[in-house]
Amino acid sequence: MADPRPRPLLALRGIGKSFLGVRVLADVDLDLGPGEVHAVVGENGAGKSTLMKIVSGGYPPDEGSVVFNNERRAFRGPRDAQRAGIGIIHQEFNLLPERTVAENVYLGHEPLRRGLVDRREMLDRTSQLLASVGAAALPADARVGRLGVAQQQIVEIAKALALDARLLIMDEPTAALADHEVALLYGLVRRLQQRGIGLLYVSHRLTEVFDLADRITVLKDGRRVTTVPTADTTPDELVRHMVGRELSSYYPDRAAPDDLGPVRLTVRDGGNRKLHGVRLELRAGEVLGVGGLQGSGRSALARALFGVAPFSTGHVTLDGRPVRLRSPRAALRAGIAYVTEDRKGEGIVARQSVLDNALLASRSMGRAWSRRAARSVRIRNLLAAVDVRAAGYDQEIRFLSGGNQQKVVLARWLALNPRIVLFDEPTRGIDVGAKSAIHALVRRLARAGAAVLMISSDLPELLGMSDRILVMREGRIAGELPAGATEEDVVALAVGTARETVA
Amino acid sequence: MMTVQSRPLPMRPRVRPGGLLPILAILGVLLVLVAVRQPDFFAPPSLMSFLGRSAPIILLAAGQYFVIVSGEFDLSIGSLVTAQAVIAARLIDGEPARTWPVVLLLLGCGALVGLVNGLITTRLRVPSFITTLGMFLILVGAVYYWSDGAPKGALSEEFRRFGRRAVEDVPLLGRIPYALLVLLALGALAVLVARSDFGRTLVAVGDNPRTAELSGVRVWRHRTIAFVLSGVAAAVAAILLGGYSGVSFQAGAGLEFAAITAVVLGGVALGGGRGSVAGAMLGALTLELLLALMNFYGVSGALRSTVQGAIILLAVALSASRSPSR
Repeated sequence: MADPRPRPLLALRGIGKSFLGVRVLADVDLDLGPGEVHAVVGENGAGKSTLMKIVSGGYPPDEGSVVFNNERRAFRGPRDAQRAGIGIIHQEFNLLPERTVAENVYLGHEPLRRGLVDRREMLDRTSQLLASVGAAALPADARVGRLGVAQQQIVEIAKALALDARLLIMDEPTAALADHEVALLYGLVRRLQQRGIGLLYVSHRLTEVFDLADRITVLKDGRRVTTVPTADTTPDELVRHMVGRELSSYYPDRAAPDDLGPVRLTVRDGGNRKLHGVRLELRAGEVLGVGGLQGSGRSALARALFGVAPFSTGHVTLDGRPVRLRSPRAALRAGIAYVTEDRKGEGIVARQSVLDNALLASRSMGRAWSRRAARSVRIRNLLAAVDVRAAGYDQEIRFLSGGNQQKVVLARWLALNPRIVLFDEPTRGIDVGAKSAIHALVRRLARAGAAVLMISSDLPELLGMSDRILVMREGRIAGELPAGATEEDVVALAVGTARETVA
Repeated sequence: MMTVQSRPLPMRPRVRPGGLLPILAILGVLLVLVAVRQPDFFAPPSLMSFLGRSAPIILLAAGQYFVIVSGEFDLSIGSLVTAQAVIAARLIDGEPARTWPVVLLLLGCGALVGLVNGLITTRLRVPSFITTLGMFLILVGAVYYWSDGAPKGALSEEFRRFGRRAVEDVPLLGRIPYALLVLLALGALAVLVARSDFGRTLVAVGDNPRTAELSGVRVWRHRTIAFVLSGVAAAVAAILLGGYSGVSFQAGAGLEFAAITAVVLGGVALGGGRGSVAGAMLGALTLELLLALMNFYGVSGALRSTVQGAIILLAVALSASRSPSR
């Protein structure tokens, strides 16, 4: 593309946005010309999604201006943006599986003849649209539910084109695609470019970004770090832009070599729908960090080990003996506990008391006639030991802060004396003070002889807490890093620019 | 413009949602109203007989509590009561010796129907609303078919005593209906079950089945047991009702909605996760008292279902407005 673009299709100037007093975007500028592919990259939480929602009318910006087609716009909602010619293809599709391709493409603005839907016209126009993006093989009257992911993505794009989109936002378009389908997407992107459509392309995967984009904008902590023509940069440089902050917080001391006990858990060739060839060892007394991008299989790993979505292939051993972790109950019986990422949806029972929440696992796993008085004393001691701050233990847990809720969840598991604890984003949504309390508890658990596996997107936390780090990419373990690794090392493995460093 | 929102302060709400205070207040008001209009209602004979008559619906409410607090519904209990009464009459056929075997059979049938409801709901993932509605229709049809359109046989006097006899000549109270004794025993048992690990876990299941599952709870098993409890409660109610008012195809008509109304009135959240079995039983008592009061004031009994519907809507709207998010 020619670089001096006199009339950009989209011009963002000084965009800022805050949620609940937390600044998520500040002073972001971005230009997009017709026929340009402009990639937006950054770590989890860098502000990419928020920026895309502002462009597509999902949120109004607090500061700054959106100029589209030489006109300053303040979209009242996504439909308003669609009418103006901005389409967005989300990671999760917005299609009706029981309807045909044509019905989905023209949903809400079906061509009419004498007040009735003109089905033939609709099918014809859909076929033309599909042909124009090189997907003539896709029948317009096929039921969407029977199509594969890649084909559904084409339907989404056709849907946007049917509304005369001039700008398309693609949010992680390859996340759900198989390798051979990615090539199809590349072709599609090229055709859209030829039609003069501008594309904002959000992706974690640097390979794609370098294959497709004309320019790349890097966001970090809600600010624009740089915008560079793709030809003038390298993946390594980009990764440096994406990370590189000071490790400032205080973390508890790591395990000394003689703190480490025997190997407690091993996985060999573990696989299921989301995981492939996973191999790992977890020792008593260590905190094994697991890094990687969202959707790289980190949570899938924890869920496989906890029996939520078990491994369908491979072998797992616990203390040298083979185990089958087919359900959460089986995992709990084997001494594995799991602190979930989605605290509200999977961690707490919101309207029950602190005490009932803490007792949940003891009640379900205990013997029917266990001594209730002793158990109650024990759980109260545990709640005090993890320092839960509540008006009383009979208070409903939903009134507690996130950090205190997390401590209650932890107490629930500690009551079972787990031998392995899996943490999935243990400090997400928790204020700074409670964060270091959770960190101390995680370490204390390891010191007491438990084996800890801790997933975290928070790179300083991952680096500060872990004795070793596994980095995952696309359902596999991309490599292992020792304590003292840098953020660049983790990100390089996570996005796939580094060569595998197999332990 | 975004405003900075402050977290809800971690303080104890004065009236605990799902607590007993509201239902006790309503009950108190109704008692005062009754006292004003009909003071002799509180004379031991009429009070005892009122409590005896209320026993079946209170037990049904206790059974329904377990199902609703776990996040499900049981619409089959009304027709189950009818079916049980009709079956009992036909099997006993006036023969005193068959009383106890039939009582046991009825309890077993109630448990079985609950088990089927529970397994279809949890294992086949049919919404309980549909499962138990289907069971309702199946039972109605089956009973009509089996009895060729008119109830046959007769209950034995031994069978009927649970519903209509009493312990006579008790000092102060006069006569205590057997039904009231059954209610006290089973009501106490229901409270114990609700306070047990099973009962507490069941509430957690209704609040958030995901969390419960991930904490090792076998959610399907808990919910199925709740349906079984409801079925057994229906069997007991059928025995008491059959004794009290005899056998007809209308014996249990509308009881499912009366029980649901009572449970909601007692502060149990539809959809599960909140409430107590004591509240549910007090709700049933309150509902019966309200209907008695309507009677004293000369309001038509035909409005019974209208009143129940209004209570359900009001109670659910109130609890929804009190808790902005779940």
